[in-house]
This record gives sequence, structure tokens and C-alpha cells, in this order.
Amino acid sequence: MDIQIALLLAQDGITNGAIYALLALALVLVFAVTRVIFIPQGEFVAYGALTLVMIQAGTVPATLWLLLGAGVLAAAVDARGALASGQKGRLAGVLAWNVGYPAVLAALLYGLPLATLALPLQVLLALLVVVPMGPLMYRLIYQPIAAAPVLILLIVSVAVHVGMVGLGLLFFGAEGSRTPAFSEARFELGPMLVNGQTIWVIAASIVLIVALYLFFGRTIYGKALRATAMNRNGARLMGISPALAGRLTFLLAALIGALSGVLIAPITTIYYDTGFLIGLKGFVAAIVGGLASYPIAAAGAVLVGLLEAFSSFWASAYKEVIVFTLIIPVLLWRSFTSHHVEEEE
Amino acid sequence: MKPALSARSVLGSFLALLLVAPLVMPPFYVTLLNYIGLYALVALGLVLLTGVGGLTSFGQAAFVGLGAYTTAVLTTATELPAWLAWAGGSPWLALFVGLAFTATVAFVLGSLTLRLSGHYLPLGTIAWGISLYFLFGTLETLGGHTGLTGIPPIAIFGYELTDGSQIFYLIWAFLLLAVFTTQNLLDSREGRAIRALKGGMVMAEAMGVDTARARMVIFVIAALHACASGWLYAHMQRFVNPTPFGLHIGIEYLFMAVVGGAGQVWGALLGAGVITIAKQWLQDILPRIFGQSGNFEVIFFGLMMIIILQRAREGLWPLFARFVPVKATQRTLDAAAEPLPRKPLPARGDVILEAKDVTRKFGGLVANNAMSLTVKAGEILALIGPNGAGKSTMFNQISGVDTPTSGEVLFLGRPVAGRGSRAIARMGMSRTFQHVKLLPTMSVLENVAIGAHMRGDKGVFPAAWRMDRAEEARLLNEAARQIERVGLAEHMFDAAGSLALGQQRILEIARALAADPCLLLLDEPAAGLRFKEKQALAELLRKLRGEGMGILLVEHDMDFVMGLVDRVVVMEFGQKIAEGLPEEVQQNPAVLEAYLGGVE
Repeated sequence: MDIQIALLLAQDGITNGAIYALLALALVLVFAVTRVIFIPQGEFVAYGALTLVMIQAGTVPATLWLLLGAGVLAAAVDARGALASGQKGRLAGVLAWNVGYPAVLAALLYGLPLATLALPLQVLLALLVVVPMGPLMYRLIYQPIAAAPVLILLIVSVAVHVGMVGLGLLFFGAEGSRTPAFSEARFELGPMLVNGQTIWVIAASIVLIVALYLFFGRTIYGKALRATAMNRNGARLMGISPALAGRLTFLLAALIGALSGVLIAPITTIYYDTGFLIGLKGFVAAIVGGLASYPIAAAGAVLVGLLEAFSSFWASAYKEVIVFTLIIPVLLWRSFTSHHVEEEE
Repeated sequence: MKPALSARSVLGSFLALLLVAPLVMPPFYVTLLNYIGLYALVALGLVLLTGVGGLTSFGQAAFVGLGAYTTAVLTTATELPAWLAWAGGSPWLALFVGLAFTATVAFVLGSLTLRLSGHYLPLGTIAWGISLYFLFGTLETLGGHTGLTGIPPIAIFGYELTDGSQIFYLIWAFLLLAVFTTQNLLDSREGRAIRALKGGMVMAEAMGVDTARARMVIFVIAALHACASGWLYAHMQRFVNPTPFGLHIGIEYLFMAVVGGAGQVWGALLGAGVITIAKQWLQDILPRIFGQSGNFEVIFFGLMMIIILQRAREGLWPLFARFVPVKATQRTLDAAAEPLPRKPLPARGDVILEAKDVTRKFGGLVANNAMSLTVKAGEILALIGPNGAGKSTMFNQISGVDTPTSGEVLFLGRPVAGRGSRAIARMGMSRTFQHVKLLPTMSVLENVAIGAHMRGDKGVFPAAWRMDRAEEARLLNEAARQIERVGLAEHMFDAAGSLALGQQRILEIARALAADPCLLLLDEPAAGLRFKEKQALAELLRKLRGEGMGILLVEHDMDFVMGLVDRVVVMEFGQKIAEGLPEEVQQNPAVLEAYLGGVE
């Protein structure tokens, strides 16, 4: 291999690594706040990308129906809760958020000339469809069993993943798709040719990470999430609702997932089930960080990206084997550095 | 309520149905039953791993693949390396090699991941599940994605099982054998150790159970079940390719175990049956509804899992059991069993426990500061002090749950600080817990028998094949004797969780006694007891003291302590503030100040 190829591979690796880093951050966040190991993270990547594809093709994205269905269900559950506790005043809000929002969105999607909209508007619409599924998912699936052991939550996560992949096939079909690049520009950087999309991915990742950093450091909601992550009961005693913390966390995770999908869609062909492998690589990175440390997880993500890029050059058939086997020395290292936990829960 | 049926007649009719099934059913249904049997074998391993042991694996399909590919390679390869040539050509030898190979792989993977806390293991299994799947698809000796063909049928005494209805009997014989051995295993000394993994590891270690080993045991057993299933599968299909060994199938196996009822041995069969039949049916009708083909049944499986885990975490087995009520078999004790040998107790008056200047710091907090105390054989020492004085921390230093920052603990003259509670328990120190640690669904008898764990030595194989019955009878007899001794005989076969809190504390004493200790550590044994019960407990402790047992007691109930113990050590703010006879300590100004506050 010459320096040209090495640089190209490094560029590839860092681009993918940036996406894995975003996903790893979301996974660490979700686990810390809710103890949910968020396997369906990858599905948000695929849903985000493929919803954008449908919008660009001028069709109303099928994911809208999932949003509507989940909204109606959540409205029913919340309305029942509100009536049972005699809070009739909450009904209007419950209906507006869970049913009103998807209905307005549906009207927009049917009314607008989707295919000819500017790219940022298309992206915005895709996010508006996919991201609210995060908090709805928390409300319907995880909130009723928020106190369950980690193991049960994990099995539920896997079940959600399996179900969402099935729905993905139904919504998007078995064909893979790519979206046009955000920018066709190419730059000469020394001996290296840099793609515009690469710049987009890396820049967007950095902006998102900084935004998250500010959110957690400066805003009251961010601090509430951090408090919940550190001590669930303590945070609850301070008036932080665990349900709110859960929904907010899932909102962020869904946003990160869908945005990652939108960013990566011009680089990789996305199929309905591609998200899982992408998400799992985020997991490998998150495990490097012990599901607790954000900076180490981000570094791990770049490592995973580079490893993947270079192994696809040297031993392309074994690319996935190498990346997923990486987890074993990592676990070994973790098992020597982490203290022995005797009793779970 | 329907009248309960005897277990024997239910099992008998089930076996009779199995026997005639392939003779009267069309081949399609026989094939379906074959698959149910194969899947149930894997799910059974997961029942042991997940339902009983609280560990989860999504990678079982990869172990199925190891079994299938091992036999496929060994029985079809024309040129084997010299060291493996002996195993070529024979499915039975290949089964043997496959099991050994799978056990090795599982052992290595287990050593890497089992030490970690709960959620790393399933994540690890996802990762190596994917790795092995890709490996099956890329290795050229394994035929890549097209796989290997021409696998010979299994022959039994020269009779070849070529047809689905022939291998049917072999598959179900394997499954029933696995169910039989798993049930036996769970009802044994090793089985109790395995069942203690879910929610009782600190307790189990304090009773001398090696929990790390127990985890490894069930992990390897589950892998071996999967491997056997893969071997049968390869010889049934007569070809293998990577598809059935992917992660999504591994997930499906776990679903089967959970749907059936992850804590139930027969739940594996129920789960495998429900999922396999539902899948068949859904694959038939869903594409017609949706107008396109694809794995749409997974939408329903995902939904079904979510609802089951939200609403009925015990799975479908309890529901099923309501329709087919089977009489519970009452356990019988063999009174003629020879009593277990006892360790000789140290001579009365010998110092058996000596803590010297034990200091334990948690960051800046000094929980124990230069604490010293001694306990002699045939003496009851009470450790008292206000809340937060550091009594429980001291307890943990002595019993090996925690390691002192500095200082020394001598038990029977040997330093034990930092040796771990299992080793200390083995030397003859046994304890109870301030927050009762019982396995609530197990009977009182079984809970107490965990205490006698280290007085037996029969392992997994004798337990699975019921060659442990003589020892088991002795262990249970010992447990029963201790239960009678503490006065819980009428509750012997009740679930431990159904007892009142005070009785649960007494149960813990029986469990500690079953370990044949020379030193008992009792953490607030009288809390929650009624007056009569306290009197009975005091009487029991006096009797034990009379036999030469040393007892260290943490207690708040002063009436209970003062009438009973020989000496008292008083702690406050992590330090010893007084020591002596009960009457002396009661008059000690420092003690009065600690308990009642100073007089201005």
C-alpha cells in the first residue's frame, strides 16, 4: 500500500468513525440514564436515511404511519392514565402532542412538493418524522418496565430491534438506496483528495458533540439528565421525573441516530437492515468506553472506523470478523480493570 | 379447579404420543416436529443459562453452527490433517469432536466475558455470534456461503437414519435425555449453586459456593446442547450453509426460551413449539396480506416479546400449566441416610477469631478505626453500637466480603483478611445477613441445604445422571436436622419467601449451621422476632455455646443481648469505646453517652 491509499483509507475510517462516535455517545447516554442497552439505535439510522430517500423520491414516507400509529397508542395510554387520576385538564395536551403533531406533519407531507424542496428542508422533514418515534418508543415500550432488571430491558431492546427491522422491510422494501451528496465539492489537501461529504460528516459530528456538551453543561434539562444518570433515586427526590428523563434521552438518541443516517446515506448504500451493523459498531466503541466514558467511547469509535477501513483493504472478506472480534480483547482488558461486581441490581 | 394429574401419567401419555407421531402424521408435520425438537434442545440450554442462572446469550446459534460444521467437515472431507484423521467419516466420532471443540470455545469465550457484570455478556455474545457467522461464510474449507453438501446420514448399529421420520426418534431421544439430565442437575447440590446465581451470589459465596465456576458450568452446558442440536441438524438436512447460524436465529432461540417461560425446563419445549408453529403459519399468511415476501413474522415476534416481558415475565408455561395441572411431587427425606462427618470443634476457651487493629477507609471516611476484638470457642460476644457505628463494616472485614485497609484478622490462628468469603467459609466460619438473603422461590429445605454445599463434592455429571443420590440424601438430611433444631420443621417444604421476616432470619441461622461452622457471625438475628421466638433463639444460642461454638453477634435489642452474651464490645464512630462484661458495659459512662447523649 502506498501513502495515497493509506490516506484514503484513513479518511474513510475517520468518516465512519465519526458516525460511530455519535452513535456510541447516544448509547452511553441512554444506558446511563435509563439502563437500557439501546440495540434499536441502528434502526433509527436506517429509518432516518431511508425516510429521506422516500422524501427525495417525492413519496410520502411510510414511516409516517408508524409515527401516527404509535402516537394514537400513546395518546390512548396517556388519556387513560389522565382520566384514571382525574386530571381531565391534561387530555388536550396529550391529544395535541401524540395525535395532533403527526396529523399536522401528515398534512404537510401530503401538501408539499417533496421531491423539489431544498435539501435542508427535506432533511428537516425526515427528522420531524423519525425523531419523535424515540420518545414515543420510550413511552410505550420502556416506561412500563422502567424498573426491570438490565437483562430484561436488553431482551426487550432486541425484540424492538427485530420488530423495527421487519417494519423497515415493509416500509422501504428490500432494495438499498443512496442519497445524493450534500456537497459535490472536492478539496486537494496535500497528497489527499478530500470529499465534500466527508467534511460534512466530520463537521456535523463535531458540531453535534459540542452542542451535546453545551446541553449537558449549561442547560437545566441537560443537568437533570446527568443527575439521573448518576443517581436515579436521588434525582427523583430532587423532583426530576424519571419518565421525562427517559423520553428526553430517547429523543436525543433518536435525533443522533436519524441524523447519522442522513449523513451517511450519501457514502454507503443503506438497506432496511443496515442500521444494525452500524449500530453494533457504535456499541463496540461504547464498550471500549465501558458504557460510561464519553471521550473514551469517541476515541474507540474512531479506532473502530480505522480498523474497519484498513481491514477492508487487507482482508476484505474478514472485515466484519475483525471488527467484532476486537470486542474480545477489549472485554478482556475491561475484565482486568473493572472491579468484580458481585450482585447485579 | 381440575383434579391434578400425576406427573408420571402426563409424561407417559406425552411419550406415547411422540412414539406414534411419525407413524400417523404426514411428513410435513414430522419435519415440523423435528425442527421443534432441534430448537427446543438449544432453548433448553438457554433456560438453564437465562431463566435459572440469569445470564443471557444471543450467540447460541453460533454454537449450533460449530456442531453442524464440525460434523460436516469431518464426515465429508476427503483429506483430513493427520492428527484428525481418526475422526473422519463417522458422525458419532464427529459428535464427540464437536462437543469437545464447542466446550473449548465456550470455555475460552466464557473466561473472557463471564467475569464481567450482567450486560457485557449478552453484548459479547452478539459480537462473537456475528464473528462466527461471518467466519462460517468466508472460510473456504467450510464452503463459503454455499456451504457443504453430501453429509452422510447417522447410522445406529448399521441402520441408517435417512428419512425425517427415522431421525425423529433420535432428535427427541436427545431432547428428552437433555430435559431429564437438566432436571436432575437442577435438583442437586450443583443445581442449588446454579439457582443461587440469580439474586444470591454474595450469600452463595459466603456458603462456600464458587459462583464463577457455576456460571461457567451453565454456559458450557448451554453451548453443548446447542452443539448437539447442530450435529443432528447437519445430519438431518445432509447439507449446511451459514444462514441458520446467524445472529437473528440466535435471537430467535432466546425468544423461544423467554416465550416458553425462561425458568421452566419444559418451557423450552413449549417456547420452541409456539415460535416454530407461529413462524410457519405467519410466513404463510403475512406475504399474502402485505403483498410482498420477506421476514414479516419478526414484526409479530418482536411485538409478542415486548408484550410478554411487559405483562407476563414468566412466559407461557404458567398459563399452560393451568390447563394441564400436574401434582407436585412431595420430596421425601431418607431418615436412614448416614449423617455427614463433622469437623472437630476447637477446645473450649481457645481464641478462634482475633481481629487486630482493623482499619477500613472508604475514601476519606474511616468506617473502622483500629478495631480489635477476639472471640473464644464456647463464648458469645456481642458487638453493639448506635446506627452507623461501623458494626456491619467490621462484620464484612471479618467474613471476607471486604478487605481491610490495614490490620489483621486471624481465624483459627491463620490470617484471613483478603482471602475472600468462600475460603473463609471453608475454614469453618459461617454467617447470616442483616438484610435477609434467601432464594424466595426455593423451599426452606433447599435454602438450608445451600449451607451444606461444601460438605458434599459430587459435581455436574453425577448430578445429571443421579449418581449423587446417597450424598444428596445426606445433605438434605443434615439440612432437615438443622431446620428442626431451629424450630422451623413445620415449614420445611414451604417456599422460603412465604415465611415471616423473623422466621427468615431463623432460617438463615439454620443455613449457617448446616455449614458445620466453629464460629457463627449473626447480624441482628433477633430483629423482627416476637418475644417467644426471641426466647427460643436465645435458648438455641446458649445450647450452641454449650457445644463449644463461638458466636459473634451484632444486635440492637439490649434485653436480648444482656441476658445472653458473655462479653460485649461497644463501637461508636468506627472505634471501640468499651469492652467487658454486660453489667460493666451498662455502667460505662462512655457507653451511656453514646447511647443516651451527654448530660450538659
